Amino acid sequence: MDPECARLLPALCAVLADPRQPVADDTCLEKLLDWFKAVTEAGSSLLLLQENPCLVELLFHVLKPQDLSSRILSFALRLAGTFAAQENCFQYLQGDPSLFVASAAGQLLVHVLDLAMRGPAKGHGRLQAQDWPACAQRIVCHLEDCLCSEAAPRVTQALHVLTTAFGHCHGLWTQGLWVQLSPLVARLLEKDPMPAPHALVELLLSVARSSVPSSNPGLWETAAQTLSRLSPMQAGPLAAGILKLQDCPQALRTQAFGVLLRPLACVLEATAQAPGTPGLLEGAAGDPMAVDMLPPSKSACVGLLCSTLAHLELLQPLPQRPSPWPQAPLLAAAVTILRFCNGSAAPSSEVGGRLCAMLVGCVRVQRAALDFLGVLSQGLGPRELVTQVFAVLLEYLMSPDSSPTVLKKAFQATLRWLLSSAVPPGCCDLEPRAQLVLRELLAVLQKRLCSPCWEVRDSGLEFLTQMTRRWGGQAGFRQTLLASEVPKLASQLLQDPESYVRASAVAAAGQLSSQGLLAAPSSPEHPAGPQKTPLEELLLVLTTDSEGFPRRAAMRVFTEWLRDGHMAVAEDRERFMARVLQAASGDLDWEVRVQGLELALIFLQQLLGARSPGAAPPGALAQALRALCRVQLFEFAFRSLFDCDRPVAQKSCDLLLFLRAKAAPSSSPQEAGDSPDVAPVEAALQRWRAGEQGQPLGELAPEAVLAVLRSMDLEALRDTLAESSDHVERSPQSLLQDVLAAVGVLGDNEADCY
Amino acid sequence: MLDCGLDMTSTLNFLPLPLVQSPRLSNLPGWSLKDGNVFLDKELKECSGHVFVDSVPEFCLPETELIDLSTVDVILISNYHCMMALPYITEHTGFTGTVYATEPTVQIGRLLMEELVNFIERVPKAQSASLWKNKDIQRLLPSPLKDAVEVSTWRRCYTMQEVNSALSKIQLVGYSQKIELFGAVQVTPLSSGYALGSSNWIIQSHYEKVSYVSGSSLLTTHPQPMDQASLKNSDVLILTGLTQIPTANPDGMVGEFCSNLALTVRNGGNVLVPCYPSGVIYDLLECLYQYIDSAGLSSIPFYFISPVANSSLEFSQIFAEWLCHNKQTKVYLPEPPFPHAELIQTNKLKHYPSIHGDFSNDFRQPCVVFTGHPSLRFGDVVHFMELWGKSSLNTVIFTEPDFSYLEALAPYQPLAMKCIYCPIDTRLNFIQVSKLLKEVQPLHVVCPEQYTQPPPAQSHRVDLMVDCQPPAMSYRRAEVLALPFKRRYEKIEIMPELADSLVPMEIKPGISLATVSAVLHTKDNKHVLQPPPRPAQPTGGKKRKRASDDIPDCKVLKPLLSGSIPVDQFVQTLEKHGFSDIKVEDTAKGHIVLLQEAETLIQIEEDSTHIICDDDEVLRVRLRDLVLKFLQKF
Repeated sequence: MDPECARLLPALCAVLADPRQPVADDTCLEKLLDWFKAVTEAGSSLLLLQENPCLVELLFHVLKPQDLSSRILSFALRLAGTFAAQENCFQYLQGDPSLFVASAAGQLLVHVLDLAMRGPAKGHGRLQAQDWPACAQRIVCHLEDCLCSEAAPRVTQALHVLTTAFGHCHGLWTQGLWVQLSPLVARLLEKDPMPAPHALVELLLSVARSSVPSSNPGLWETAAQTLSRLSPMQAGPLAAGILKLQDCPQALRTQAFGVLLRPLACVLEATAQAPGTPGLLEGAAGDPMAVDMLPPSKSACVGLLCSTLAHLELLQPLPQRPSPWPQAPLLAAAVTILRFCNGSAAPSSEVGGRLCAMLVGCVRVQRAALDFLGVLSQGLGPRELVTQVFAVLLEYLMSPDSSPTVLKKAFQATLRWLLSSAVPPGCCDLEPRAQLVLRELLAVLQKRLCSPCWEVRDSGLEFLTQMTRRWGGQAGFRQTLLASEVPKLASQLLQDPESYVRASAVAAAGQLSSQGLLAAPSSPEHPAGPQKTPLEELLLVLTTDSEGFPRRAAMRVFTEWLRDGHMAVAEDRERFMARVLQAASGDLDWEVRVQGLELALIFLQQLLGARSPGAAPPGALAQALRALCRVQLFEFAFRSLFDCDRPVAQKSCDLLLFLRAKAAPSSSPQEAGDSPDVAPVEAALQRWRAGEQGQPLGELAPEAVLAVLRSMDLEALRDTLAESSDHVERSPQSLLQDVLAAVGVLGDNEADCY
Repeated sequence: MLDCGLDMTSTLNFLPLPLVQSPRLSNLPGWSLKDGNVFLDKELKECSGHVFVDSVPEFCLPETELIDLSTVDVILISNYHCMMALPYITEHTGFTGTVYATEPTVQIGRLLMEELVNFIERVPKAQSASLWKNKDIQRLLPSPLKDAVEVSTWRRCYTMQEVNSALSKIQLVGYSQKIELFGAVQVTPLSSGYALGSSNWIIQSHYEKVSYVSGSSLLTTHPQPMDQASLKNSDVLILTGLTQIPTANPDGMVGEFCSNLALTVRNGGNVLVPCYPSGVIYDLLECLYQYIDSAGLSSIPFYFISPVANSSLEFSQIFAEWLCHNKQTKVYLPEPPFPHAELIQTNKLKHYPSIHGDFSNDFRQPCVVFTGHPSLRFGDVVHFMELWGKSSLNTVIFTEPDFSYLEALAPYQPLAMKCIYCPIDTRLNFIQVSKLLKEVQPLHVVCPEQYTQPPPAQSHRVDLMVDCQPPAMSYRRAEVLALPFKRRYEKIEIMPELADSLVPMEIKPGISLATVSAVLHTKDNKHVLQPPPRPAQPTGGKKRKRASDDIPDCKVLKPLLSGSIPVDQFVQTLEKHGFSDIKVEDTAKGHIVLLQEAETLIQIEEDSTHIICDDDEVLRVRLRDLVLKFLQKF
């Protein structure tokens, strides 16, 4: 602990111990705890307590019965726990109404238990319960009492403590603990209603992930029982958790997968035209009679379907996902759910009719099903099902009733399915079916780009950009796109009143232009106006748009163009650089300035060779330096070194360091003795450093630039910048001062009242 | 009579009335029977496989056969769309009653009628076809003419004179105003949120309440929001006027409308919007006001063509008290409540009475035209369909839900122009109805049969029907329905002097009774208890006044009894008075006390006591007095 903090500590302890001086903000207590933790980790706790007796005094003081706030009590106990376990105060604490305190107490219990068990367990392997230390026995006894209690909150507390214990403690003793307590846990399953089902699921998963199962296979039995006892909604997280385990009995996995699949099996069953249609649950240990298990209320049914879809979505990409993965029935289920939601499904049973009424127009389920459908694009599907997938996606994209968020998901899912339907894999051409879809897709996109809802225009443009990036070079795509109004509409949206849309339009226009797909924009407003090139259009955005997003987007497009050698850039690269840098350097948005420096760095790399390590050949360097001076890169870079926004200064530092590395001392074009006049540059830098940004740099000679670069301590500057900008405010000293100052203010108020 | 709407779908069977001579329409071939008989070819014309009547369009009237409309006392109008048949009823059926409606309903209803009359009268048609209506001939015609119902009752449009006369019979009312009808019931209009001045009605007596919900909306559009609270505690709620397109969400449709409009205009095409001169058009103009700048359409002219366009736009701005809260507050700023005022000021929206005159000078393309009639059978819209129908650059966007757009387009086929169907119907959908019913909780719901089952084309959509408990009572055309309540009570007023004379006696805590002797006076369905006349003083020898002859005889009243008889104590009392051999039997309704010796039976029930003895009057009176001891008298 630094001396300044040690000096402040007694005052702080006094404040904390004084019930008349409430600490207004308990986040500062959390910060204090973090700090103490860091301090104890760095050195000896004992020493710390010896050097700062005020801490011991505080702890003793807090233990006296008095009118202290529970947050201070909790703080002191956690502090005590950090220094050494204080065993005598956990029990009355655990029932505290504050969740914060209760959870801290629970953690403390686990901590104490772990400490108590660690010592004896080390030598003897697994101990019998009666051989446990008295302290541990008391804790376990307490937990047993709680588990047997009729009061649900007590059961929940015990389950939470156990969950933490199995999650954080890895000693062999945890196996003994499970042997001791599992009968009580199993007894909870028999109660009706089952108390604290969520906490129970958490505990079982925590135990399953620990070392317990290796020695105690009975756990799997308990898990299987729990799966069958819980309601579908409660069982979902347990089933998903089990399926994510690396190692667990196949029968349990099958049962768990059955739990997750059952709601979807119901959905499929509800539209099955003939009984015996291949369903989802064949092969899975599902009960075919349980298909009418969907909850009767709309909100419960929607919740169940959404969580089921979300679990399956997370499971799909995992290597340990169930195998065989029922791709085709899952696809069919996702499509059916989407059809229920838009009212086009034809239910074949009473359950189906109910589902239809509950799901029609339900945005939550639509979003979940579209996400899931998108993930399913990673696998193959029968041809006619894939056709159905595209059909339902098109229905959603076309429907006037699709909400903007649903539409966005529909666009994303469509893109994923288009990407996956390129045949053979890896081929960049769209297959004929996708080509057909594309035509309809562009007709929809055309309309969506004219939507009065800006979110819709925005997601339409994003979709267009992504499609163009992927297939812009493909003849079929180009032909279909150019035959539509889409490119024209996209460039018209550069004038959209909504800045997000303008930003997306900039990205789309940039991508279309890169692929040579951008028609010259014209609107009914200015049918005969002079037509601007895409470069001019985007420069106009960069120089005139009042919002940051479109300008940032324009900079990203320019960076991409420069990197990819876009024709409009390649024609006259220096002129392009000069214009863009001039605009970017004066921009008020720091992200635009950073992007400007990124652009400059790429330019530099293109001139000097990014890949080749070491210095550039002298001739190339001289040429490059002259070009850099012509586009006024140095003025921008030097000025940015003192930018009030740290990322800009950092970027500029990196840029100049790169340049200096390329210009090795030997490669100086300057003869010895003929040193350039760097005084004006240094004077300007001085003034910029002092905040006088108005000062121009004037003409620069490449030699002077090099000399200045070499004279600057860029490394030191980089290190300073690497410190976070609030490193002063986040110091412990500042925290202590803040706490005291806050209390001081309270004191002043008190005086005023008198 | 609840509402007085006109079924205008009958006009779809007729050829359009072109404003300007249309060679295409006038050269359509006549229709001939299968056997080549051509006697109908003057009346019926064929166009792209459909047959149309070449005559002045006719309308299908409300049912007039079921009851004698001259006996109708009152017509309650819910909104301006539901009064279009009024002149037929008030002017031709002997109707002498009163029509109740709100002021905007009447004013805008007048505009709609005026527009209709104008559309039809300005294109006089020499020919009037009637041969085809002959039942024997109608059978031979192709569908849909063959299946048209009650064609003999179809009538031509009314005249302006009839409109004025009909409207003069309307009594204006305001929201929540209570109107006494003959003392029997009170009717009250409530805001229904659907259109300017649109109302639901409450019809109530002192103890019964019937709500009539018609054409209501819960969406935030221009009218005052729907008053739901006042519909609570209804015995019966009659539910009509739900959305005609339950699957089309108005917000989505407005988006679709804007997108298609912009897409067409950006490609250099024109947009035609067939519409009524009031209603959804205000909301569409408001949406466009916000949209056109963002879509880069500020230079595109919007034309609104209707003989009543000017009045409609102006009326909408002056009915401030009938508007939604946001629009009302604008009036105090002061600003025009609707932004179409600004569109007009900035010349973005121009309005004309017809395509003749100024319009032809100002007309610029590409443009957007709002004009009537949505049936596409008359009005300026006919001209634009003929003018723009041939180019695929142009688009017609249907926003009114009243007519099938495919049927409306039939006489214009083949058509190159794009057709977009975006019906915007802001009336209640089934989800909203179910919420409304949960909120309002009527004892019974009565609605048309169609609302109680899913639409025929989507039989699986059980969500598209009224779902309530107990299930709604449904009715179909010309069905007579008994509403499920009985009038059990009437309220009676007691004159103050009579009330003064009453002496209430508490028989249970909180319940007091008093006997009243009075004269019940009933007039105009109001009942009043008046003090009975004093018995005439015998005035020695003088003749009794004539007036007192009418006074009913006031008999000497026996006291009223109340209370219950505790059987055990009663038996004890009997024993005390010398009766023996008493046996008590419990029955379903009370007890029977048997005095076996006396061969007598006392039957005690909750509301009666019988003493049955064999002709022994003395014993009966004795027993009676013992019974009476346990009861209170007053």
